[in-house]
Amino acid sequence: MKPRHRRFLLIAAGVAVLAVTTAFVLNAFQSNLVFFFSPTQIAQGEAPKGRVFRVGGMVKEGSVKRDQVLVEFVVTDTIHETPVRYSGLLPDLFKEGKGVVAQGKLDEQGLFVASEVLAKHDENYMPPEAQHALDKAAAAKAAQTVKP
Amino acid sequence: MIPELGHFALILALLVAVVQGVFPLWGTLSRNAAWQSLARPSALMQAALVALAFACLSSSFLSNDFSVVYVAQHSNTLLPKPYQLAAVWGGHEGSLLLWVLMLALWSAAVAVFSASLPLAMVARVLGVLGLVSIGFLSFILTTSNPFERLLPPAQEGRDLNPLLQDPGLVIHPPMLYMGYVGLSVTFAFAIAALLSGRLDAAWARWSRPWTVIAWTFLTFGIGLGSWWAYYELGWGGWWFWDPVENASLMPWLVATALIHSLMVTEKRGSFKAWTVLLAIGAFSLSLLGTFLVRSGVLTSVHAFASDPSRGVFILLFLAVVVGSSLTLFAWRAPQVTLGGSMGLLSRETFLLMNSVLLVVATGAVLLGTIYPLVIDALNLGKLSVGPPYFNLVFAPLMVPLLFIMIPGTVARWREAKLSELVVELRWVGCLALLVGSIAPLAFGTWSVGTALGWTLGAWVGLGTLWQVVQRLRKPGRIPASFWGMHLAHLGMAVLVVGVTGVKSFEVERDVRMGLGDEVTIAPYTFRLVDMKNVQGPNYRAVRAEVHVLRNGQPLEVLSPEKRNYFSTAMPMTEAAIDSGFMRDLYVSLGDRLEGERPEWSMRVYYKPFVPWLWGGVLLMVFGGVAAALDRRYRKTQVADELAEASAAARAG
Repeated sequence: MKPRHRRFLLIAAGVAVLAVTTAFVLNAFQSNLVFFFSPTQIAQGEAPKGRVFRVGGMVKEGSVKRDQVLVEFVVTDTIHETPVRYSGLLPDLFKEGKGVVAQGKLDEQGLFVASEVLAKHDENYMPPEAQHALDKAAAAKAAQTVKP
Repeated sequence: MIPELGHFALILALLVAVVQGVFPLWGTLSRNAAWQSLARPSALMQAALVALAFACLSSSFLSNDFSVVYVAQHSNTLLPKPYQLAAVWGGHEGSLLLWVLMLALWSAAVAVFSASLPLAMVARVLGVLGLVSIGFLSFILTTSNPFERLLPPAQEGRDLNPLLQDPGLVIHPPMLYMGYVGLSVTFAFAIAALLSGRLDAAWARWSRPWTVIAWTFLTFGIGLGSWWAYYELGWGGWWFWDPVENASLMPWLVATALIHSLMVTEKRGSFKAWTVLLAIGAFSLSLLGTFLVRSGVLTSVHAFASDPSRGVFILLFLAVVVGSSLTLFAWRAPQVTLGGSMGLLSRETFLLMNSVLLVVATGAVLLGTIYPLVIDALNLGKLSVGPPYFNLVFAPLMVPLLFIMIPGTVARWREAKLSELVVELRWVGCLALLVGSIAPLAFGTWSVGTALGWTLGAWVGLGTLWQVVQRLRKPGRIPASFWGMHLAHLGMAVLVVGVTGVKSFEVERDVRMGLGDEVTIAPYTFRLVDMKNVQGPNYRAVRAEVHVLRNGQPLEVLSPEKRNYFSTAMPMTEAAIDSGFMRDLYVSLGDRLEGERPEWSMRVYYKPFVPWLWGGVLLMVFGGVAAALDRRYRKTQVADELAEASAAARAG
């Protein structure tokens, strides 16, 4: 084999490996994107059934119920509400009236079964996704009051 | 007065950095030796000034000077002294100052330890470092001044984020920064080589020890961060694929590829252009990491006050660095000669595959890390990329990488024979396969993933040990770099065995426990015996007493805590861990639950092989240290000194 052929072979092999890995990476990427929906979007039926997504907003005051390690609470963006069920320990900063982001799936009854409630590191910190949901709801409210 | 002195020192440092960045480089263009020789003194001067500024900020912290905004925000009179010092880099401004200090120290180190380098080369390297320093110093002075005053002064500081009040976090940022910033030296060497057009073996030899040292610090820093997350966050996880973690992993992956590619450039004169690209890439990724972490686009413990102007500054700086170095590369690279020829199967081939796999892995991590940010910035919605993506992509890329580690170290340069490799490695391969497929049975369930992971771990570990034994049989002095390489590879093997072990056999129980209740994860039983209120220097805590029994015999008492720091309303979980050689027992305390009987939610985890993770990282660090200490890198210097000494003797 001439050096030129060798180099060609090397490059061809490299390109093939790259192509396969790229396809593989993009496929894995596509199936693992987790989208975010606000309680309003969920109420309007925009959220997917049977696919993992995130919901964020405030934990509604007085909504947290614990039974063994099972916790139920309501996430609200002040317009609509989404009931959430989570089994496990809540992060230190989980509190009623504070921001929260949960990841999980909607079940048939519209209950959000969370597999993860995100831990945050600062008491004053509002998860940007939760903030986003609240802002949008506030904007929607403002728009409604302007309308006659 | 002291904060003003620090501020003034920083401004002077910026002026000196301008001298360091402009005159020596100009001197190399105009062939003015006097200007070139400004490089060393200005680098030393800049280091002294930045160190002075850093000392001033530290002293403000230690004297509780709450008239300084930054001190008031990150410290407190009740904070123990060591943490007051660590609080210097506990926030945005101070950690940037630490970054600049590291950069100045690295530059000073280059100035001191470059006796064997030609003056023009020193001038270029230090000049480029000076330019980088100008960028960071002006960033601090314009957007993030740590010496800003607060009028009237605060009575009491806000305290350091309790999560950061921990020995692991005291040394994690300096180590990580030493790594991040150390890559700037490699970058400066690469740019200097491009500027001079001398991309040769000598250049590769000069940059190798610096790259290895930076890599070692980076490895240690990442390891510390992971260790901290494991015991401090109270979740028992050690890697979350959090964007901040990815920000440090990406430069590490590229730096790893760079170390291997530099070897080819030094020994065989090949891969020159590729090596330069990797050096540029590694530094750009550490800048990107800084941007991600410091600009507030990410949300994590590392993202402090978000200020858009800061993000824009770093992004522009990143664009300038990447843009100008790639332009320079495009202009100069065509002049780079190709090195020696290589066979289809040779050590070069394996090292090329190593580079490609590591770069592809970096690309995959980069995609997952910045895609959500880009989508958000374009207002196309909010989404996140979860750990499953990273695991799914990263693991398959690591499989071939681990496989080629052994043939790559055994194969000859230029041209290797497949049959020879097979003959040489058949027993190691068989043994690894045997160990990997049988060992999982000893821990219970057998699965393909576990067997594959352990086979690869055994393959790398046994292959490395076998090579060391082979070498020990031969006569002759063994160079430190030999030990370095094999220690680091052994560390990788231990890490892989550890990761596979934890992932396959960990048991996590989230339970509700009252006094006297027991949880059993065979053969261990955890019994909640007592619950006490305790008082710390700046917090109040509830401490549980959990007795651990092994087959009914008392083994250990664990005391997890739930702390409430006075300064914040934020509760903190302190996990209690019992470490053995093969496993960790991990208990953390949750909330008190409502009910007539006092009960608490608790995490009770059995984490096998976790100590192996830290052991693997430490072995890699030792390997890096050994490789950097290799006599070869000092040889030219010693030879020069000898020549000088003999010349002096003759003259005298």
